[in-house]
Amino acid sequence: MTQRTDSAPSLSPAAAPDADAPRSELLQSVVDVARAIFGAEASSVFLLDEEADELVFQAVSGQGEEFLVGRRFPAGRGIAGWVATSGEPMVVDDLSADPAFDRSLAESTAYVPNSLMAAPLISDSRILGVLEVLDPSPQARSGVRELDLLAMFARQAAAALRVITPERVREAEQRAASGAGLLEGARREDALKLLGSLERLLRGTG
Amino acid sequence: MTTTEPERTGPGEPRPAPGARRAPGQGLTWSLRGRGPEDVPVLADPGPPLGRPAGPATGRGVRVCVVDSGVERDHPLIGPLAGSWVVVKDAESGEITVEPTTTGDTCGHGTACAGIVRRTAPECEIHSVRVLGERFSGTGDVLMAGLRWAVEQGFDVINLSLSTTRTRFAQELHSLADSAYFARTVIVASAHNTPVESFPWRFASVISVGSHQEDDPELHLYNPDPPVEFFGPGQNVTVPWLGGRTIRTTGNSFATPYVAGLCARVLSAHPRMTAFQLKNALYLSAANVRHAPRPSTAAGDIRDDSEN
Repeated sequence: MTQRTDSAPSLSPAAAPDADAPRSELLQSVVDVARAIFGAEASSVFLLDEEADELVFQAVSGQGEEFLVGRRFPAGRGIAGWVATSGEPMVVDDLSADPAFDRSLAESTAYVPNSLMAAPLISDSRILGVLEVLDPSPQARSGVRELDLLAMFARQAAAALRVITPERVREAEQRAASGAGLLEGARREDALKLLGSLERLLRGTG
Repeated sequence: MTTTEPERTGPGEPRPAPGARRAPGQGLTWSLRGRGPEDVPVLADPGPPLGRPAGPATGRGVRVCVVDSGVERDHPLIGPLAGSWVVVKDAESGEITVEPTTTGDTCGHGTACAGIVRRTAPECEIHSVRVLGERFSGTGDVLMAGLRWAVEQGFDVINLSLSTTRTRFAQELHSLADSAYFARTVIVASAHNTPVESFPWRFASVISVGSHQEDDPELHLYNPDPPVEFFGPGQNVTVPWLGGRTIRTTGNSFATPYVAGLCARVLSAHPRMTAFQLKNALYLSAANVRHAPRPSTAAGDIRDDSEN
């Protein structure tokens, strides 16, 4: 399982607080939708901090919402680490069957899932992070189809995320400073619209 | 890197050292000028009838290498490993080396794969090369180095429940997969779980595996419409995990070691089989492949037989 250890002082070394607001909004929407799709207890997004070689909790919906954001753990470890390195989605079940597992995870997160689904956030062949869903409803887990659905949703989320990555936000700010652009706001709206319509679609058919 | 000479030690004679392990121009047969059939004799193993290994085939004497996140040491469902290695990339020089390790598994995935191999071919020899879990290694070069090392060691079967989407590795992986094929090292590779281009499972010289959705843990299918050539049980599979326990999981990752284990079983009973024979054995024994009766025609008499 993922090791969830030290708290990080800031969300990401690359993002200034105000530049981060649209991204936080987007990511919160992603985890809320993921949780709704799978009827899950919780969902979280980790982004990869390549320099630090760590995965960082960026948004959490449900259990752990209040204290997990900002926490970091080594990028090559745990299920999220495997997903981030391999670029493949993964589903595991019966996690809490072993009491030894309960202890180790409970110490750091105060929440022990029994099952977990994780998919990489990949855009343009680049792995941006991992989307995890904890304790999805029994009807919504463990099958190949569910794995496909999570992977598809993660890909869409990654595409939206890429539209408003900090790099692009910074570029937009530079353009704004030189009086050249309001593009960032429009892009952000597009991304959020995309997710909003997906959420409506999924809620409508689910 | 060590260069232990690989020899399968199952029933029958040890497998002959294939020429393809040598560098081009150093013993490879490029043409038969000046030589006839008697100069290139081959002692063949016809393989099992209809591709199914006989009951006692347990993988004994077959060396299987799991290239993944490592394998937990002494997991009760896996037992001791014959070898445990890690691919390390130096942060400054970028130099990549393969070293012995005692670190086990960094996430559980490799342990799961090794456990499925063990379950399918109980007496095979399992080696582990860890290509994940060190400094973030998603760029593909560590995977590449680990796979190359495993091919150089001449393992009989390599389980690779991983792939890379980086196209810059595609050509190198293709050459490596072809070398392995000619050297009778069978690479059993997972297809990507999502419909994206990745490698090396795309290549015809490996045995590529995806997951079917059936509950039968001993069912494999041939795909008449590749690139994924075979499907194995990969949904809700119970697998060994970290801490000596088991979990259930889903994905092509777990169908692949089942097929790798099948390969080990076939090879333990028929050590002289080539990579293409092995693929044919999997094809013939696939549950969806039916065997049409041979046309009852005299030799040389070719005509349409509408009953077939």
